[in-house]
Amino acid sequence: MDSVREEKVEEVIREYDSSRDSLISILQDVQSEYRYLPESILKLVARKLGLPLIQVYGVATFFKAFSLKPRGKHLLSVCLGTACHVRGAPAVLDEVERKLCIGPGETSEDMQFTLETVNCLGACALGPIMVMDGEYHGQMVPGKVQGTINRCKKSPRGGKK
Amino acid sequence: MVELTIDGIKTSVPEGTTVLEAAREMGIIIPALCYHPGLTPYGACRVCIVEVVKGSQSLLEASCTLPVAQGQTIITSSAKVSQARKVIIELLLAACPNSKTLQDLAASMGVNRVRFKIKDKNCILCGLCVRYCKEQMQSGGIGFVGRGTSRRVATAFGETPEECRNCNGCEWICPVCERACMAGSLTDGVCGRCLNLAPVETCPVCTHCSEAVGSSGHRVY
Repeated sequence: MDSVREEKVEEVIREYDSSRDSLISILQDVQSEYRYLPESILKLVARKLGLPLIQVYGVATFFKAFSLKPRGKHLLSVCLGTACHVRGAPAVLDEVERKLCIGPGETSEDMQFTLETVNCLGACALGPIMVMDGEYHGQMVPGKVQGTINRCKKSPRGGKK
Repeated sequence: MVELTIDGIKTSVPEGTTVLEAAREMGIIIPALCYHPGLTPYGACRVCIVEVVKGSQSLLEASCTLPVAQGQTIITSSAKVSQARKVIIELLLAACPNSKTLQDLAASMGVNRVRFKIKDKNCILCGLCVRYCKEQMQSGGIGFVGRGTSRRVATAFGETPEECRNCNGCEWICPVCERACMAGSLTDGVCGRCLNLAPVETCPVCTHCSEAVGSSGHRVY
């Protein structure tokens, strides 16, 4: 691991006074920096906080918000909750999969997009709903998918959540 | 001291005792899988549930994590309790049919069929090994990984951790690894052999093993 990365993580940990209780917050901040949690960083966090590695690993695997695999620049979540499902979310998901050539949970080869499915976003009235880099796109239809992806490609903002 | 009634017998125990400990002190047998005297109570297996009477109503609660309260009334072996325990042991067997401890417990409760789909995970997620590693060995090499149906006991990144002292305590304490059921084939999720042992009752010698004893008597370790 390069020392720049290491310094960055140490800075985050210092911000939280090396408190063990802030583990989740630390992991969140680290993840927003690297978009995922590399093995070396989890080991560093465990060492710095004086926690067993398994505890850090357990938290990182428990929450769906954390990823141990590299994620793309843009995060795309398609809601497959009941309301979105009956309004045609599977067709939207199919279209996204076709356009990006990736399945749910996968990242495109150019590291631009990561596709995820969620079970409900609490905005059922807008369904079928898709979230792109934290921006909600309601009443999706397969025809609107390409345009949304293109707009997202142009925006300089990364997949910060 | 706290006074409470267990199965109609009045008793007084120090504050902070759990209902399970109080009952066992009195010689009342409550089966439990995730309880161990040397570890913090966890309340994962739910086999130790008892009926807590509150007025005209009663609740089922896990006795291993239930602290005693003044004037509490507990029933440890009502029809409601044994019915619930049977379902719980069936569910546990469906997740882990190859454990002799579980098969014995099922036999002693009269469970002779598992109605649930068997998905052998060889683990009941009782957390005994995780707690043993953390509390008794001060190690913390293993822990729970994942969530929901993919939850399992594992080491971080699948590597043997530096903290591991190779004590093998995790295997020793595990109700599955310790004594695997050697029946080979299972019918309806139960091995059937233990059922042939009659009469089957829970061993009164050591109050924590919950081992069903047949005509061969208690197994001494």
